[in-house]
Amino acid sequence: MTDRHASGEPNRRPPIAVVVMAVIAVAILALPLVGLLQRTPWSSLGTTLGQAATLEALRVSVVVSLLAAAISVALGLPLAWVLARLSFRGRALVRAVVLLPMVLPPVVGGIALFFALGRRGLIGRALHNWFGLDTLIGTTAGAVIAAAFVSMPFFVITAEAGLRQLDPRLESAASTLGAGRWTVLRRITLPLLAPSLAAGATLSWARALGEFGATITFAGNHPGRTRTLPLAIAQANEAGQPEAAIAMSVLLIGVSLLILIGLRHRWTAPRTPRSPTSAEASPP
Amino acid sequence: MSVQAEIGSVDGDFSIQATFDAPAGTCTAIVGPNGAGKTTLVHALAGLIPVRQGRVLLAGQVVDDPAQGIRVPPDRRPIALHSQHNLLFPHLSVVDNVAFGIRCAGLATRPARRQAEAWLHKVGLADLAHLRPAQLSGGQAQRVGLARAAACQAQVLLLDESLASLDAKTRTDMRHLLADISATRVLITHDPVEARIMADQLLVMEQGRIVQAGAPEEVAADPQTPWIAGLLDINLLAGHATGTRVALDCGLALITATPMTGPVLVTFSPAAITLSATQPHTSARNTWEAQVAHVQPEGGRVRVLLGAPAPCHAWVTSQAANELGLSAGSKCWAALKATELTVREA
Repeated sequence: MTDRHASGEPNRRPPIAVVVMAVIAVAILALPLVGLLQRTPWSSLGTTLGQAATLEALRVSVVVSLLAAAISVALGLPLAWVLARLSFRGRALVRAVVLLPMVLPPVVGGIALFFALGRRGLIGRALHNWFGLDTLIGTTAGAVIAAAFVSMPFFVITAEAGLRQLDPRLESAASTLGAGRWTVLRRITLPLLAPSLAAGATLSWARALGEFGATITFAGNHPGRTRTLPLAIAQANEAGQPEAAIAMSVLLIGVSLLILIGLRHRWTAPRTPRSPTSAEASPP
Repeated sequence: MSVQAEIGSVDGDFSIQATFDAPAGTCTAIVGPNGAGKTTLVHALAGLIPVRQGRVLLAGQVVDDPAQGIRVPPDRRPIALHSQHNLLFPHLSVVDNVAFGIRCAGLATRPARRQAEAWLHKVGLADLAHLRPAQLSGGQAQRVGLARAAACQAQVLLLDESLASLDAKTRTDMRHLLADISATRVLITHDPVEARIMADQLLVMEQGRIVQAGAPEEVAADPQTPWIAGLLDINLLAGHATGTRVALDCGLALITATPMTGPVLVTFSPAAITLSATQPHTSARNTWEAQVAHVQPEGGRVRVLLGAPAPCHAWVTSQAANELGLSAGSKCWAALKATELTVREA
């Protein structure tokens, strides 16, 4: 804590070259958005977004992204714990496989899912034969799986980092005060991990919300079932309705910005102690 | 017997071997140089480190017996541990930290918090109940950690350097607090005075082994290794002060340079004592005729153990010891300057 204060020395003029490059970086990231906003038909935005097809795509997006985030948390947390706390042979390989969807083109993920879970796929055929479960392709469930495939790594990597930062001696200390496994988990581990879990869940939700490639490749583009906002945007753009595409893009940008701004607070607020200097100020 | 340990080895890279008994309600102090395995031993008692060979019984319950496949996890042992790193939970307020163990024992939130507040009052931190651990000073955090462990009211209280970062006055208060606790206490300390006055039993640990065990006075009178001899190379006498006069419990009265009132501890270096054959006429405010209990040459010098009236030891050269004809049972005069005495509240 004190290090942070010491290194955050005020009144040092930042090097010009660094500032210039930072500005260029921001420009690269922000200019396309400015271009989009400049072309946005603000007056007709409300009516465009109010169309039934748009609302339907928004509904599918919300349902699919929330379910995908829920799956990421439910399965990703145990996975993060295994990666952070257990040492076993092949852990590096497992971690690489888990993080692979972050670097793969989503369309590759979609193709892989298709050949695994499709009617003739390895698992798809088994599902069909054993449970009479027909193909996931073209269903909302399929879209959820595609979104979870690309978004879970974001949760796992954040939760694992949080677990690694957590001092395991705090959990031991709790046990020497009489706390059993569940009490330690409920009263120590999870509360201390909460900022990381919230950040990871939000990141993975945001990623699921923006998912396009794996969804369209694996689950298809069916209105009301798998056509999420990104798919609807691409559809509108190709169908020569750039105004609808722009309007929905603005909607997506707005939602994403809100998430990221909210996330920033999650990241910084709870973990740092309120004021390191107040110890001196408090009565001895 | 409240703590019975026969530890042959524990898991991990560190090898320790320790066998000792601590009767119920007693205080056992473990002393030893850094890296001697004191914390490892205490962690083994707590169940944080598995015992690979041996047996541990706490309050009559077998908690470790690898031969029979018994290994009770820390939370089901009748212990509470205060670690030297305090390890306060950063997301809980001070009072909720102290209430943690009380709640684990089954109490509801509100009565647990009330008990925790009472403990905070005992350690003098009632005002800080609602702060976060990050807002505490080192000494305050240590007292919160101590209160948190003591509040569990476990049958065995394990304390790893629990008083190390407290100022002299607070340290005395906390020592009294610990003396009033009925639990069997096992504490690690680096303070010779603390070890001498708090402990019923002293365990000296070096290189993972207990090299000497016994009542503190016994160990101080006959230290078995250079390290423990160095640590306990100080004379300690208890008494009652009235101004600069201290009536020692052993009967002798000493004049000091520090006026105090009430029960005190007087400490002085064994090198500060001058021995002579006849009653000396000297500036030293304190002289008395002493019985020599034991004479022990150590290197070029001689350790002279004085018995009645004030048990203490003195260092003299072998030459002086010969000239004075010191031997067990003989008598000599001891002189001690008032300015050599350190007096502190008992």
